[in-house]
Amino acid sequence: MKTTIKLLRAIVKILLTISVALSLNKVWAEDFASLTQQLATSAYTEKSRIIDKLQSLNDERALLVLKALLDGNLSVNKSDKSVVIGKDSPEGIETTHAVTGEVMGVVNSRALEKVRINNTVRGKLRTVIASLQLSAKNHQLRLQSARDLIKSPDESLRDLIAAAHEGETMPSVKAEMALALAMVDVQSADDGLRNQAITTLSSSYSSEAVAILERLSEKNPDGTYREASAEIAKLAEAGLGKVQDRIGVMGFFENLFFGISLGSVLLLAAIGLAITFGVMGVINMAHGEMIMLGAYTTFAIQQLFPNWIEASIIIAIPMAFLVSGGVGVIIERTVIRHLYGRPLETLLATFGISLFLQQLVRTYNSNNVPVITPDWMSGFYQINGALSLTYNRMYIILFSLLVLGLLALLLRKTLLGLQMRAVTQNRAMANSMGIKSSWVDALTFGLGSGIAGMAGVALSQITNVGPNMGQGFIIDSFMVVVFGGVGNLLGTFFAAMGLGVVNKFLEPYSGAVLGKIFVLVFIILFIQWRPRGLFALKGRFVTD
Amino acid sequence: MTHKPLLHRLMASDKASRWLFIVMFALGILVPFLNLVMPPDSFLHVPTYMVTLIGKYLCFAMLALALDLIWGYCGILSLGHGAFFALGGYAMGMYLMRQIGDRGVYGNPVLPDFMVFLNWQELPWYWYGFDNFAFAMLMVLLAPGILAFVFGWLAFRSRVTGVYLSIITQALTYALMLAFFRNDMGFGGNNGLTDFKDILGFDLQSDMTRNVLFVLTLLFLAGSYLLCYYITRSKAGRVLVSIRDAESRTRFIGYRVEHYKLFVFVVSALIAGIAGALYVPQIGIINPSEFNPLNSIEIVIWVAIGGRGTLYGAILGAVLVNYAKTTFTSGIFAEYWLFLLGALFVITTIYLPRGVIGILDGYLSRRKPSSTAIVTGSPAGGEVKS
Repeated sequence: MKTTIKLLRAIVKILLTISVALSLNKVWAEDFASLTQQLATSAYTEKSRIIDKLQSLNDERALLVLKALLDGNLSVNKSDKSVVIGKDSPEGIETTHAVTGEVMGVVNSRALEKVRINNTVRGKLRTVIASLQLSAKNHQLRLQSARDLIKSPDESLRDLIAAAHEGETMPSVKAEMALALAMVDVQSADDGLRNQAITTLSSSYSSEAVAILERLSEKNPDGTYREASAEIAKLAEAGLGKVQDRIGVMGFFENLFFGISLGSVLLLAAIGLAITFGVMGVINMAHGEMIMLGAYTTFAIQQLFPNWIEASIIIAIPMAFLVSGGVGVIIERTVIRHLYGRPLETLLATFGISLFLQQLVRTYNSNNVPVITPDWMSGFYQINGALSLTYNRMYIILFSLLVLGLLALLLRKTLLGLQMRAVTQNRAMANSMGIKSSWVDALTFGLGSGIAGMAGVALSQITNVGPNMGQGFIIDSFMVVVFGGVGNLLGTFFAAMGLGVVNKFLEPYSGAVLGKIFVLVFIILFIQWRPRGLFALKGRFVTD
Repeated sequence: MTHKPLLHRLMASDKASRWLFIVMFALGILVPFLNLVMPPDSFLHVPTYMVTLIGKYLCFAMLALALDLIWGYCGILSLGHGAFFALGGYAMGMYLMRQIGDRGVYGNPVLPDFMVFLNWQELPWYWYGFDNFAFAMLMVLLAPGILAFVFGWLAFRSRVTGVYLSIITQALTYALMLAFFRNDMGFGGNNGLTDFKDILGFDLQSDMTRNVLFVLTLLFLAGSYLLCYYITRSKAGRVLVSIRDAESRTRFIGYRVEHYKLFVFVVSALIAGIAGALYVPQIGIINPSEFNPLNSIEIVIWVAIGGRGTLYGAILGAVLVNYAKTTFTSGIFAEYWLFLLGALFVITTIYLPRGVIGILDGYLSRRKPSSTAIVTGSPAGGEVKS
């Protein structure tokens, strides 16, 4: 009996303990929501403990909350005591709920009470955030945290980095982590570690590595190294040379990329001109305005379909072709038709049209209009620490090649293309073979203008869209066409790429403006040498 | 008839030129008289700003004349003639800049204000000599002249013609504009040269100096007109017209086409340079926007509207268009000026190939055959080829 009672008592005790424990658990529930609430309201000493708990939750939201806390963006809304993450905006503070991630709207800063932290908590936060990031499931996050650590190495995080480096499986992230580790190790007291770190740094592309290696290989006025260990200093100096060479090579590729991208912009701008000039012998001074119309078409489409920004560029390309092409056909039928055989007069008349179109747009809105870049076109692709390629420029390069390819196909494989080529080579003969050259002219002019319109869509992504934008391209486009040889797509292509690349390679030595002047002077001189351009059309031309 | 002096011949045979000279003579007497002698409250009084404004038109007329000489008579369409005008203007501006002496904002006796501002220690070598009026005037001729000579020599020798030439002249002035916009060039960057005080010791703000400049501009315009008239009526002028109408044929006949072209191109650049030099002291500023390709192409429209290949048409066109520009850009129509200018380009090229002079001629010839038709032929018609 006694034992039964004892047993019962024990059972009751256990039950009691469990229920107390359960009820306590309810009060001090350790889920993410309540921990976040506690974090915001508890004392400094409590905070470290809660941060640890948040870390062990393995919840991705914790990282956001902790980061906000470190950056001073975590606040408590005074009205409903909810914990929110704030973001500055022109109207006030944009808040999102820390737990649910729900957008809470813009509030005044006085409606929020900032969660305060002291230096101990701050140190703790750094470690925890780094550790969370370094072990995050998302490899982009891990990469980002490694890059952050390269920028601001923190000795206290060494073990964390080393562990993360050890466990990392993704080669690109592992390399960055190794670099981050080396950035810490190079400061350590152990010469073996430092040696190894310098070797790692020497094989990187990062400008931070250059800074460290430069400091290590600094010399006193008497020629001795400032660094205590001469061996380390020598190693650093050799490594520095290697990194700088490598960054130099990357600089070359970067210039090349920029040059090609500038070249493709020139190509896009000039290709339509090459058509009209080449086939019809018409100087279209309003060509720049056709580009402008294309860019404004993009803007108009984004205004009309604000929910379809991502697709706006794709929709705008055919629309711009139709708008600019249509305007081109109208210009051809009303003005240029009357001026055949008088190229200089055509030049003047189209210049008048260009003034007219510019002013038309200016009357509508004299300022630049904002054209939005869709998400898939923004951002960049990072190849290594010294070289990253922006997406918008890559797309423009691809687009210009696509346009060139399609145009070449059109000229080679279609009836219209055949007729165009016939008219280019010998108008009179083409006429007598039954080709309606006036029709071919109208379509050609429309085609050239339409391509300019498509160029405008692409250019709206990289330059300002305003009434004057066409003027900036017209002289460059002419230079490309004249340089490449009139009526020759291949020539236009090589001229555009050549000028683009030369321009970019001159820039570092002479500055952008002087580089441009050099290129202009070069072309002026080049025309003397080959008055018909790089790739002159072969054949017999009777002038008078 | 060829034995008589040029002016006499011109007055006797060419009705339009006669009228032009009568108008210029009248302007030269009347405007200074009405400005200086008439009391300011009289309704006949011509205010000083008007004197300067007409002076500006006359400078532009000279520029148009220079362009007509090469475009109307030789078929060279330069879209960069503003460059020669601006170079002449800069040469004059540099002289005027040196004349300021220590009266600038910074009071530096040698360096112009913008150089002090840029922390330059000494005058760049190419500014040497510009304190001397004669040297500066020489430069007014040499700077545009040498540029035109080198450029023309290169271009004409390799037979760059037609639209190609137009485009590279445009590139030339564009390159120069970019260059002069640079502060390091030592020409005042985008502010250009301004704040001029006096010329040869005469105050630029005084009415007397302005009237003298006005009369000088008229004289130079008349002189340039006579020079162009002489060139175009000479045997060389006939060759020029034949180059315009059939370049290869002229070459095959045995003329050195390049030499004729180069000669007339340089003469034209010199006239443009002098026009620029007269323009700057009257307007009081020269900046790189004068090199703007847009300005150069506007000159072409002055000539086209007036009527190319007549010389007096260019003068008439320059005055008309600039008068319209002044009227339009200052009033409520400012917004429509570019519409009008654009429309002018289109309408003149399609419907008025011979410009305003063409209309007048057509009107007059219905009553009496024109005497100028023989030399000018049908200059702006369909004959010009690239």
